[in-house]
Amino acid sequence: MYTINNQLVNEVKETLTNKFGDAITCFEVVADMPQLTIRKDKITDVVDILLNTFGFSFLTDLCGVHYPESENELAVVYHLHNLAKNQRIRLKTFTKASDPSIPSITPLFSSANWMERETYDFYGIVFQGHPNLRRILNCDDMDYFPMRKEYALEDTTREDKDDTMFGR
Amino acid sequence: MSSNKSLTELKLSPDDITGRGYMTTRLDVLIGLARKNSLWPLPFATSCCGIEFMSTMAAHYDLARFGMERLSFSPRQSDMLMVMGTISKKLAPVLQEVYLQMAEPRWVLAVGACASSGGIFDTYSVLQGIDKVIPVDVYVPGCPPRPEQIIDGVMKIQELAHKHEPLRRRNSDEYKELLSKYGIE
Repeated sequence: MYTINNQLVNEVKETLTNKFGDAITCFEVVADMPQLTIRKDKITDVVDILLNTFGFSFLTDLCGVHYPESENELAVVYHLHNLAKNQRIRLKTFTKASDPSIPSITPLFSSANWMERETYDFYGIVFQGHPNLRRILNCDDMDYFPMRKEYALEDTTREDKDDTMFGR
Repeated sequence: MSSNKSLTELKLSPDDITGRGYMTTRLDVLIGLARKNSLWPLPFATSCCGIEFMSTMAAHYDLARFGMERLSFSPRQSDMLMVMGTISKKLAPVLQEVYLQMAEPRWVLAVGACASSGGIFDTYSVLQGIDKVIPVDVYVPGCPPRPEQIIDGVMKIQELAHKHEPLRRRNSDEYKELLSKYGIE
């Protein structure tokens, strides 16, 4: 469990809700980490303020999630860390699968470059403004985004496994 | 040791005539014998089967006993490719390139379930057996196989090199057809 720096978190909450209003759809503490849900067009502004005003200078992680049941199917999750005050914060932003574009935060964090490429590779989320958005882990000729929950986990090109033996 | 038995053992092929102090045999069998005991393996180890291979080539099991202590890490110098471990689809073109760079005759040993069939990794990113991209001579099953099994697989290749393959097997129509299936000329 992380201890929460209430003073810092309250300051962040006050500043962001005053500045962005409706664009912050949710601000809550999940288990031991504050979590913000942000409308996708404001994500770079929020990250900018967290980085330059509140000292969240380390991008721990950036990844995608697919929620096949919800209307806004695709999510991007950012984990930021204020190393001086040892406070972490999680940001979430959602988008429709029909319009999977989200602004890139590479101008703020260079380390987001490969993580955004990975998220594009597995979820097909297009990061607007990314300098080099192409596949990073899978082979270049792959024509789908394998971590979306709409594809079979097994290799579909395989002929020697059948239902009777492998329970497909 | 009786003299009869030692003469039989000397025979390299069934047609050989052996006698006291001399032996006749065919040239291809003699060259096969030389090849058999001077295979230069290229280890292509990507995961746990590679660890078993390290044990196979180290002092306890010792591949050098079979005339292959010279492991080559350059494909140009080697004629036996040992593929040990999971090959992802992204790595498949690299493996085929390495195969093409090798010296003739190119023997291929697929060590372990992953190299042979994809193993437990029945998934979008893993090549379902290296025989999807290059021809394989001997498959060694196991997850991972024990060093004894790897040695057995190597000895099967030695047997092929010695007795069961013509000197220029790549020139045969059958082999050309097999290679063309892989898009290799």
